[in-house]
Amino acid sequence: MKDKIFKTILLLASCLIILLTAGIVYGLVSKSIGAFSEFGFFGFINSSEWDAQKDLYGALPFITGTVLTSTLALIFCIPFSLSVALFNGEYFRNKKISTIVSAVVDLLAGIPSIVYGLWGFYTLRPIMINMGVNDQGFGVLLASIILAIMIIPYASSLSAEFIGMVPNDLKEAAYSLGATQLEVVTAVNLPVARSGIFASYVLAFGRALGETMAVTMLIGNTINIPAGLSDTGNTMASIIANQFGESSGLKLSSLMAIGLLLFLITAIINFVAKYIMKMMNK
Amino acid sequence: MENSVNTNNHILELKDVSVSYTPGQYAVKDVSAIIKPNTVTAMMGPSGCGKTTLLRAINRMHELYPNIVTTGEILLQGENIFSMNAMKVRRMAGMVFQRPNPFPTMSIYDNVLAGYMLNNVGLKKHEKDEIVETSLRSVALWDEVKDSMTKKGSFLSGGQQQRLCIARALALKPELLLMDEPTSALDPISTNKVEELIFELKKDYTIVIVTHNMSQAARLSDNSMFMYLGELVEYGATKQMFTKPNDKRTEEYLTGVFS
Amino acid sequence: MRKGIRSTSKYRVAKSKIFFGIMCLFSALTMIPLFVILWELAKKGYKQFNLSLFTEVAPTSMEAMFARATGNLIPGGILNGITGTLLILSMAIVIAIPIGIMTGVYLAENQEKKLANFVRHLSDLLQGIPSIVIGVVVYIWVVIPMSSYSAVAGSVALSIMMLPMIIRSTEESLKMLPVTLKEAGLALGGSYSSVVMRILIPSAFSGLFTGSLLAISRVTGETAPLLVTALGAASVNWDATSPTSAISLLIWEFYNDPNLADLVWSSSLLLLLFVLGINLLAKSIAKKWKIQ
Repeated sequence: MKDKIFKTILLLASCLIILLTAGIVYGLVSKSIGAFSEFGFFGFINSSEWDAQKDLYGALPFITGTVLTSTLALIFCIPFSLSVALFNGEYFRNKKISTIVSAVVDLLAGIPSIVYGLWGFYTLRPIMINMGVNDQGFGVLLASIILAIMIIPYASSLSAEFIGMVPNDLKEAAYSLGATQLEVVTAVNLPVARSGIFASYVLAFGRALGETMAVTMLIGNTINIPAGLSDTGNTMASIIANQFGESSGLKLSSLMAIGLLLFLITAIINFVAKYIMKMMNK
Repeated sequence: MENSVNTNNHILELKDVSVSYTPGQYAVKDVSAIIKPNTVTAMMGPSGCGKTTLLRAINRMHELYPNIVTTGEILLQGENIFSMNAMKVRRMAGMVFQRPNPFPTMSIYDNVLAGYMLNNVGLKKHEKDEIVETSLRSVALWDEVKDSMTKKGSFLSGGQQQRLCIARALALKPELLLMDEPTSALDPISTNKVEELIFELKKDYTIVIVTHNMSQAARLSDNSMFMYLGELVEYGATKQMFTKPNDKRTEEYLTGVFS
Repeated sequence: MRKGIRSTSKYRVAKSKIFFGIMCLFSALTMIPLFVILWELAKKGYKQFNLSLFTEVAPTSMEAMFARATGNLIPGGILNGITGTLLILSMAIVIAIPIGIMTGVYLAENQEKKLANFVRHLSDLLQGIPSIVIGVVVYIWVVIPMSSYSAVAGSVALSIMMLPMIIRSTEESLKMLPVTLKEAGLALGGSYSSVVMRILIPSAFSGLFTGSLLAISRVTGETAPLLVTALGAASVNWDATSPTSAISLLIWEFYNDPNLADLVWSSSLLLLLFVLGINLLAKSIAKKWKIQ
């Protein structure tokens, strides 16, 4: 009897997770219907107009901004995170130095977004200005650099695990054929672990998509499709953070619609990463 | 094999017990046997013959796994275990596992009392002390650990841990002690100690022990069951089985034709 | 022929060594931001990192302006932020830990069931949702019905972010326990609930504890979801149904107000030390218990 109650409680807790997810989806959908029915789904994501005066809203600048900054961040982060992953997963695996390196890199993941934003604002932005990127230093490039630093730990720790899982006998076979360490890494480690590494970068990309505070503080918050690296812009997350407080009616609904889109994109990205990893384990 | 046992004189009776993991496939098939008090019964047979499966049917361990179906009747002191409360059955039939498994978060003292704690039995301090001491004495562990009661069970050696686990089962004063290859993870010296202990315990308890070590079965047991492919091939006095087996398969197993 | 192989091999070894050097260099570069950030916060924040930081509420823009004009330190501290963070965080913990652990136990105990699989996927999904989206959803479900921003809304948002981590760590640490532990408990006649509560959960405690601490450290510095749920408050507030400040919200406020900008460093330093402290604590616990 007692056990039945206990098991029911466990079951209810799990059902709460289902309810919670359903609540998130339902909440977002129901609040964004206003915007979608006004502008149409494709009209909304295809329009680059965001004008509270005319009450016209479109998400294209923010979708572009999000994809652009996240993609750049991903590219910037690759040399660093791959180095760290090889350092911890292959060259210095299980050595003391690698526990230190991985601990420090993990701590990077612990730094709050807003602190990254401050650091980017006060330290990196002047460097951008000195380099002549633009007058204010704000923009896609600055935001992407900070984003890259923020996602390095996510990409590297998971990649290191997959690189470390490559069986020793494969590596030994390559060494016994006279390969150098670099050749073993490029011919054995990276190809064998490639889908795992790919999945970890997909997950890191997902992280970058949703990052809010740091990007909001650095991207410049202008409503336009960024023309280049030195241009300012906005991301889906930053437009919500910036304009949510003062909005109502159709504008609020449009912000909710952007939230829904962001939710869908990150959900798909995460699903893809999980799927790749699941295929790997088979 | 004696058939003249009366109902008052046996503690465990198996009637047509079958266990299947997947429908239609039997790990144990129609096993019937009677086990008398204060005996040691060895279950032998090649790996996969169903001996452990049969043992685990006796304290309804299979119910933890939804796919396993047990049919037939198992009478513990004349009462069908499937109509009893599972928890009561398990208190009456203590179990010792292959690998020593003291609870890692509990001290030696608490490990012995774990059965009481799990059953929410409130005990006074002197009652606890008494149970711990008698249980540990009966497994000849008391002198070795009496000064380190508060240490975790994992500090003990493998053999000591296994004796602690036997004490944990004995603390509940079971009618029957089920042992699933209790020495297979132990070194020879610890194995020896546990075997001596089993011999001692026979005075107060009825023991069913699964083993695939034939010499252990010969040394320890009064009666032996030989199982093969889920069936009980032969059951009788150990001495007789080892000298003059009735079934050809038993003979082949004992002489090492297969294992 | 043989000579040919030997000569290329020198080149190949050199290439391998150069790559090794580059890899070490990039790994070292990756670590720099942590130290630079800590150094800058300490350098710029130590002046304001004083007792009043912990005992006084945040100053108004005017007060700060007068202080700056007379060349004094900005008065006040972030007491309202500290108390707010404590209030929001503790409520989030109270919500997330029981639900997370129970769900984790369910997943570990029913690994094959379809429902468990489904819930596991959903939990992974929750983990990936951007924090601002969670904030917006909590705004819909909590702030609008209560018609007020509140500490409790902030707690709900943070607890949703904590849940997946707690669920995952509970499930993983329970799955690592040997199955005989559970069987031994049940073989002693223990009920299922007492075996779970008194043997399995205590045995998996270090994993659970580490997971919960990491979850706490992850959400402590969150700003975006609190902006749209707890909003912020100028004074110390213990009423869970009213708008409440938090350290991260105050940092955001200071950042946006040039008069208050000097306070940004000390409060960020405090937040960072707190977050990284919990993080390190969690990891040292995990390491210490693993050896046993």
